[in-house]
This record gives sequence, C-alpha cells and structure tokens, in this order.
Amino acid sequence: MNNQTLYDKLWNSHVVRTEADGTALLYIDRHLVHEVTSPQAFEGLRLAGRKPWRTSSMLAVADHNVPTTGRAQGIADPISKIQVETLDENCAELGITEFKMSDLRQGIVHVIGPEQGATLPGMTVVCGDSHTSTHGAFAALAFGIGTSEVEHVMATQCLLMKKTKAMQVLVEGKLGRGVTAKDLVLAVIGKIGTAGGTGYAIEFAGSAVRGLSMEGRMTVCNMAIEAGARAGMIAADDTTINYIKGRPFAPQGELWEKAAAYWRTLHSDAGAQFDRVVKLDAAEIKPQVTWGTSPEMVVAVDGRVPDPKNENDAVKRGSIEHSLAYMGLQANTPMTEIKIDKVFIGSCTNSRIEDLREAAEVARGKHIAANVKLAMVVPGSGLVKQQAEQEGLDKIFVAAGFEWREPGCSMCLAMNDDRLSPGERCASTSNRNFEGRQGQGGRTHLVSPAMAAAAAIAGHFVDVSK
Amino acid sequence: MKKFTLLDGLVVPLDRANVDTDAIIPKQFLKSIKRSGFGPNAFDEWRYLDHGEPGMDNSKRKINPDFVLNQPRYKGAQILLTRENFGCGSSREHAPWALEDFGFRVIIAPSYADIFFNNCFKNGLLPIRLDAAIVDALFKAEASAPGFHLQVDLEQQTITAPDGTVYPFEVEAFRKHCLLNGLDDIGLTMQHVDEIRAYEQRRKAEAPWLFV
Ligand code: SF4
Repeated sequence: MNNQTLYDKLWNSHVVRTEADGTALLYIDRHLVHEVTSPQAFEGLRLAGRKPWRTSSMLAVADHNVPTTGRAQGIADPISKIQVETLDENCAELGITEFKMSDLRQGIVHVIGPEQGATLPGMTVVCGDSHTSTHGAFAALAFGIGTSEVEHVMATQCLLMKKTKAMQVLVEGKLGRGVTAKDLVLAVIGKIGTAGGTGYAIEFAGSAVRGLSMEGRMTVCNMAIEAGARAGMIAADDTTINYIKGRPFAPQGELWEKAAAYWRTLHSDAGAQFDRVVKLDAAEIKPQVTWGTSPEMVVAVDGRVPDPKNENDAVKRGSIEHSLAYMGLQANTPMTEIKIDKVFIGSCTNSRIEDLREAAEVARGKHIAANVKLAMVVPGSGLVKQQAEQEGLDKIFVAAGFEWREPGCSMCLAMNDDRLSPGERCASTSNRNFEGRQGQGGRTHLVSPAMAAAAAIAGHFVDVSK
Repeated sequence: MKKFTLLDGLVVPLDRANVDTDAIIPKQFLKSIKRSGFGPNAFDEWRYLDHGEPGMDNSKRKINPDFVLNQPRYKGAQILLTRENFGCGSSREHAPWALEDFGFRVIIAPSYADIFFNNCFKNGLLPIRLDAAIVDALFKAEASAPGFHLQVDLEQQTITAPDGTVYPFEVEAFRKHCLLNGLDDIGLTMQHVDEIRAYEQRRKAEAPWLFV
C-alpha cells in the first residue's frame, strides 16, 4: 500500500463500511451549509424526528441571496429574506455556528471555509454546492452534494457513494507573465471538455501547480466541476501548511504539530497509478477568454471566435452555432475586438485577496472605458474586504470607476439584484457562462481578475501578457 | 421516495447537449424553501417568452410555442430523451425536483453530470445511460412516429421500443434496490449507527484535531 494516490488515501481513511457492490459509507468531517440548498434538508430532518449527528462539523453562512449594497436595510426581496431567515432560525435552533449577514466573517461559503481554517488537509468536506471542489486545494476530499445528501450528512455524518476513477492533470513548467491560475484551469477545461472529468476525481499536480499560492490552487480546484469532476485536489506542502497556521478553526500547540506531520503524508506516492493522465505545458498557456455558453468554449485571448464551418461533428457544430447566436458573436472575430458592457470581479473562483490585488494592479491610476456601464468588485468575504481596504485596494478601484461592494455570490449567479440585462456582455471572473447565468439573455465571458480589470479599462478584451 | 418499477411512457425529445441545471430550473426559483412546486418553472427560460419570477401565475404567462415541451403532442410525456452531459453545472437538487414535479420519471441520454445523476435516484427519477448511437436512433424513431412510447422495466433493466426492439441498460445494484422499493437512504444508513460510532472512536485517536 505504498503507492497510493492522494485520492486513495483520502478515500480509505474515511470508509466506515462497504457494501457488496462497492458502495461505501463515507464519513464526513466538515459540512458547510448555505441558505439555498439547506432549507428542505432541515425540514426533512425535522419531519422525520431526527437531529443532526454532529453540529460541530457544521459551519453555515448566507451568501447566494444576500444584497451587496445597503446591507443595513436588510434584504428587500421578501422571498430571499425568508430563505436567509430560515437559515438563521435553523442554525439558532440546532446550535450550528453561523456567520450572519452582519458578521465581518460572512462571505461566500467556499471563501470562508479556508479563511477560517475550517477546511483542513485530510478532511472530507461537503456542501450543497457544486463548487465545494474548491476545498480540495488543501489536500481534502471535497465535493458538492444535493439537498437529499445534505440531509443524509446532517442525520448520519456519512454519505453513500462509490469511489470514482482517478485522473491526474499534470502541469509542468512556469506560467508566463500575466498568466494566472484561472487561465491554467480554463486551459485544462478547454483541453478535456466539460465532461472530460465526469466519473473522475482530478488531482492537479506538477511544478506549475506547486508554484501556485493557496488562492491560485483554490481557483484551480474550484473549476474542477466545470471539467465534470466532482472533486479536484492538490497535495499538501509547506504552502498549504503555512496558509492554515494560526487560523481560528485550525489546531494549535501539540495538536498542530501532530496534524502538520500527518498532512505532510497527503500526496500521491511515487508510482501511484491514475486511470487517466492529462499533461499540459505551463509555458504554452496564454490568458484565456470563453466565447460561448459552456466553459469548454474557450480560446486564448490572441485567438478568434471559432467558425462552426470547421467542425465536422454535427451535434458539436449545432452547439457552436447556437452559442454564437446566443452570445451575439460572428465567427472569426478576434477576441480582442469584442466590446463589453459590464465587468464582474468576484465569485468563489476569484474573489480572494490575491485576486483583488491582481485586478487593482491593472486598474491603478486608470479609468474604466466609456462603454462600460458597470464594473463591480465583490470581495469573497468581509475579511477579504477589510484586508483589501487596509491595503487601499478599494480606493484604487473606486478611483478607476469600479463599484466596491459587500461580500456574497452576487452576479456570479444573479440571484440577488446584481445581474445582466438581456443582451449585455460581461467580462466575469466567475466560473459559469451558461445561458442566463448572470441574468436572462446576459452574455458571459469567463476570464481572470487581471483580464477582467484590463477589459474594464479598455472597454474590450486585451491581452494582459503583452 | 416514490417507487419505480415499470413505466410505459410518452417520450419527449430535447435535442441538445450539455443541458445545465440553470436551464432546467433557473436560479430565481431556488429562493423557495420548499421541495415541491417547481414543475411549472422547469426549463422556464425556454418554455416561456417572458421572464419568470417566483410567485407569478404561470397560467397567465406567454408560452414559447416552439419549445418542444409546449407542443400539444408531448403533453403528459414521462420520458425525457436528450443528449450528452445532461444536468451539468450547479448541484441544485431543484433540477430533479422540477423534472419530477413536471411529470418525468425517466431520462434517457448518452451521459450525465455526476451530481445530477446521483440526485435523480434520491427523487424517484431513473436516469438511463445508453450508447450515443442508440440515443440517436431513438431520436430518429421518435421523429418519425408521433405518440412514440417506450416501456421501461427497471427490474429487468430493459427499454422496449414499439417495434419490439429491446435495449438493455445498466444500473447500480444498490440504486436499483432503493428505487424498486422506494427506500430512503437515511433509514438504511441508520442501520449502521454502531459502525459509524466505532469509526469515530478510531479516527478520534488518529486525528483528534478533527473533532474539536
Ligand atoms: S460564487 Fe457563484 S459559484 Fe461560487 S458558490 Fe456562489 S453562486 Fe456558486
């Protein structure tokens, strides 16, 4: 057993029992909860007369539905308000730790878990949200679950599941100037497709991945789900351990030493076998921009909108044509000629301090273009916001014409008031460019924070590596 | 959970790949704290010509006559025939809730996103994977035969077409057992409470920081 993958190690250490057909009962260490996918689970628990198994494993926060302006007035939309209040009530009744809207620690669930040290290496982490894969950046087995499973974890601290296959995405070399973790993961998705990782857990490895900060690693694992994989993960190393040290939920003293020693074993052994290995050369990755309505519809910023005529597969050709029509784009248009109306810097993919620093660096001393109607920066948490303000980043953004908002999911999915109007085109640092994702008829181009800021300044996409 | 054993149902073709859960149930409907009532808003942006919001009277909205689910010939369809990577994107279980509430019991596609696939089984919906070539043949057969029905037999793991062709399909034994008997996962797991406690004791000794 000395050539296990990281996935094997995480899986094996959490199996409670295995059924004859291979279905395992897997123990869950950390359960993150937000307002949208939990109310029905809490209700189900109550109706069945059950109690949560271990409330200390749970951490709750409202993020999807909260306003990013005028917080003091509360939530205007009565339906959203009920949903957030329902979470507050459920947490109060059951004694679950919750960061309420007024709490400085409130933010996007996938930002606050790591920020608080509530996400630790070697854990199984779940949340009723597909971007739970983010937490895999800490050598954790982290994946999104549905509401029935949320209820199952609440009631039993376990989940029923089958082990998937393991894929290694190996990115060796050094990323070029202006090329970020976001470009790396978009390039991976462009290569393997949005279903390429279906049925796999992906481990990201190689020198380019090791060279990323924790923020960058989280960006990469966050979008594993866009490559079809429920879980993405990265081995633990000094970068991981240094990031965790001193965070509120992290172990301390003697326990810290013991934990850190264990965490250092959380990597794939030499000679470990993967079911599939995908290799990329970091030096070849350029800044990426999506052109279509699926994250795999992506090209380098110096490329062009594809021409459906060049696609031989009829189903694929149809979907390219459909996407171009929805996106209002002509085949063969250079990406840098595409003008934008709005800019969104935020989401669990790119709203951490490093992301804001990168964007601010580009915006410093400049101003957004006249054709950009709205450029907003939505920090991932109250603490990220505070840190950014201490560094003066908010002033840079505001001077450049950006709006500086309160933390939450915001226009990543446009459940609150932050959304695109039909036909509006947005450079967004979020993770999904599906039809209607950022507002009905809205057109989303996924990019890195630096690329989004540069697009805001120029009014169209520009190559930040130049 | 509703049992699923046998179904003879009308098939509706949704000829698109990568249909995501945002399309199946748009986010504004996720504000509900209930588990039911999502059917009228399934595929909302494709089904209606106006923008839907929760609380609207859907019977008064303008429907999109071109969208396949709105065509009278597919009224009452219980089997959704579609393409690759169905249910990708967000993990929202509201997607299978909406499909089930709309009246679907079976989905047939070459492939599904993992979380969606999993969520279906928890809600009495049977997602069936068939080879892309077979799915293609079913699309063609449906197009040339109005009122196209398929017979789905979970016990036998077969789909029978009107011309008598039988297509076998795979389903995991455990999921099949739960669906056939309408079993609730939580109840099943509760039978292993002692084992869960024993695991916790073991793990606490190994990794005590996980339990503070
Ligand atoms: S920021 Fe976007 S992707 Fe992330 S949890 Fe919120 S809605 Fe989901």
